[in-house]
Amino acid sequence: MRRVAILGAAQTTFEAQKASLAYNELVYGVVRELLDRTGVSMREIESMVTASQDAYDGKTISGMAINEVVGAYLKSEAKVAADGLQALLYGVARILSGEFDLTLVVAHCKESEGDPSAITGLMFDPFVQRPLGLDENVAAALQARRYCWRRGLAPEDVALVSVKAHRQGLKNPYAQRKGEFTVADVLASPLVVDPIHELEAAPRSDGACALLLGSEERARAFTEHPVFIVGIGNCTDAYWTERDVADARALEEAARRAYAMAGIREPAREIDVVEISARYAHEELMAIEALGLHPSPVDLIAEGRAEFITPSGGPLCGNPPTVSGLVRAVEAYWQLSGEAGAHQIEGARTAVAHGAGGICGQNQTVVILRRE
Amino acid sequence: MPRRVAIIATGQTKHAARRLDVTIAELITEAVTRALEDADLTLRDIDAVLLGNMEPFEGFLFPELWAVEAWGGYLKPSVKFNTGGTVGTTTAIAAYYYVASGIYDTVMAIGFQKQSEGHTQTAITTVGDPIWERSVMAGAIGNFAVMATTYMHESGVTEEQAAKAAVKARRNACLNEYAHLQMPDITVEDVLKSEMLAYPVKRLDMCPQSDGAVAVIFAEESKAVRLAPRPAWIAAVATAHEQQYMGDSPKRLAEMRSLIAASRRAYQYAGITNPRRELDVAEIYEVASFAELAMYENLGFCAKGEGGKLIDAGVTELTGELPVNPSGGVMSTNPIGATALIRVAEAALQIMGKAGRRQVEGARTALATGYGGNAWTDVIILTREKP
Repeated sequence: MRRVAILGAAQTTFEAQKASLAYNELVYGVVRELLDRTGVSMREIESMVTASQDAYDGKTISGMAINEVVGAYLKSEAKVAADGLQALLYGVARILSGEFDLTLVVAHCKESEGDPSAITGLMFDPFVQRPLGLDENVAAALQARRYCWRRGLAPEDVALVSVKAHRQGLKNPYAQRKGEFTVADVLASPLVVDPIHELEAAPRSDGACALLLGSEERARAFTEHPVFIVGIGNCTDAYWTERDVADARALEEAARRAYAMAGIREPAREIDVVEISARYAHEELMAIEALGLHPSPVDLIAEGRAEFITPSGGPLCGNPPTVSGLVRAVEAYWQLSGEAGAHQIEGARTAVAHGAGGICGQNQTVVILRRE
Repeated sequence: MPRRVAIIATGQTKHAARRLDVTIAELITEAVTRALEDADLTLRDIDAVLLGNMEPFEGFLFPELWAVEAWGGYLKPSVKFNTGGTVGTTTAIAAYYYVASGIYDTVMAIGFQKQSEGHTQTAITTVGDPIWERSVMAGAIGNFAVMATTYMHESGVTEEQAAKAAVKARRNACLNEYAHLQMPDITVEDVLKSEMLAYPVKRLDMCPQSDGAVAVIFAEESKAVRLAPRPAWIAAVATAHEQQYMGDSPKRLAEMRSLIAASRRAYQYAGITNPRRELDVAEIYEVASFAELAMYENLGFCAKGEGGKLIDAGVTELTGELPVNPSGGVMSTNPIGATALIRVAEAALQIMGKAGRRQVEGARTALATGYGGNAWTDVIILTREKP
């Protein structure tokens, strides 16, 4: 079977509002940077997979606005209306099929151009739940309550995730929100929806990222130590009111599949760095458990042993939906190629990127990367 | 060399203007159940599910996740695509790549749309660039009218010739139990006298808005051979995009650059040099009567400017040399998220010999296309012989 490598990556800085850039300009910038970094010409790229959402772009067929800037004129592009890590999965499939040697993967979102509460409200069933005015924050708050009750966690425990994330963000030049916050600062920040505080929820954010995938042959011509995608897993859960939202069954299952493909038996020992796509602080704790990294994530963080988990700071430092999963792959790749900068985990060889979509993470993606 | 991939089963709903008897979720279940029954499969046999839908039409975000029970997605890998009119073929092509890659052995592709519960033309207006185009855009019809007049000017095609394509579609639809608009007595005169929407496009020149869903099951070679008596093998897939702005492709029907690029790539891949002779049947995404004639030319079924003559000669009738849209096509049935995948399902039915009264006898090579957004194109070629 063929193998797929990541040949390069780029991301924009993330900001509350990139008012001077339309979506296509935003994407043009990040694709241009990727081409410059890799030295690959657009002429060589025949395949593109993009991720965006019509509801956020306020545009039917949101992918159409960026077709030209991803170089898709007369070429093969497809848009997933899902988390960006799903675009990477399809890109991997395209190369493994043998029909393409290179595939460009791009995700973009400008949350600033819409009302996130109204937009995420469109995820709820139109007959019973939507009229209640639910949104992503309300569902996440119910999930946080349930999860904390089950694990016996105090508000201070969850706030630790935020403290760690924003401290990591100080080392990440692309991060939007960062700082030395204390647990007291986090709990003193305004409530979004009880029990979630502002510093425990991803801020509204604009940005984009891009990756270039290539066949093994192409990768070998690039570098002596290619970073290969050695495991992928995706799984869909039941609708949020048809399951216990404190369970992370879909993520456990996605991780199981990805680990099996990558030959990983003891994730806690074999994985050097993990990038988790948690839009809320409690989701990071749930993911650490579900990925099999530690049975008691709060202890791990409290004891300062969680530096390898989301060293970029993650979505709490500002990554919009749709983009956040693919940024995790960018960060995981840079950790393995040694380009992560101030938040580099020394000697990292195996990395995990995680992405999620839907209400309370109904669809989950896990990707395993390994440097040769 | 990619793994060989075949279509082993299809299922469609009864398509209609308003399926008031079902929710979107129940509509999906209707198609999925029929597809599973078609190959005597259960959900356990499906490794992954890919979905296609234009959620802005009904004002949704992740409708497939709300409706997950309808397609048996619990604990399965899944992803949804959204590419406009092409979304059904985008989904089919993704199913092909996922199976060819070896990641999954069986993939179910689903397309669905319930236009009666939304407002499609409002959503289509937001396809335009918010600064340059949106203020002068009004749904799909004006767009097609501009294309049709340019095409008439370039090719000399007449309104009567276009009307013949509209008549053919609605008459063929009478042979298709799933079709929405079935009009056995429709005449060219009826089309010409129907309400003018935007010159030269009249009501009967246009596709309808439908509620409907379709499911198509793809499998790798060993499973395909075991599960289907006569699988429809994927011989080629190709996608080509146009530029974003309407003004950058002024002669879009006369010069369908994306259709030419995608079809030539697919023909080359499938070893087809004379499509009119070597294809046995085509299911094309014809959106409007004029577009069908322009697509004949750009698919290479006839020379440039000869699209009108081809329909005059009856070449594309069900009894002709190269039947086009025996199902009744998009002009008879158009649940947008499903429409292009219905083309693939109908092409597969022809190869599998399951097309019933609309069967083209002995069909061995079939073409399906998707068309959408700003004139971009997907092309899929299916064959009875292993490619």
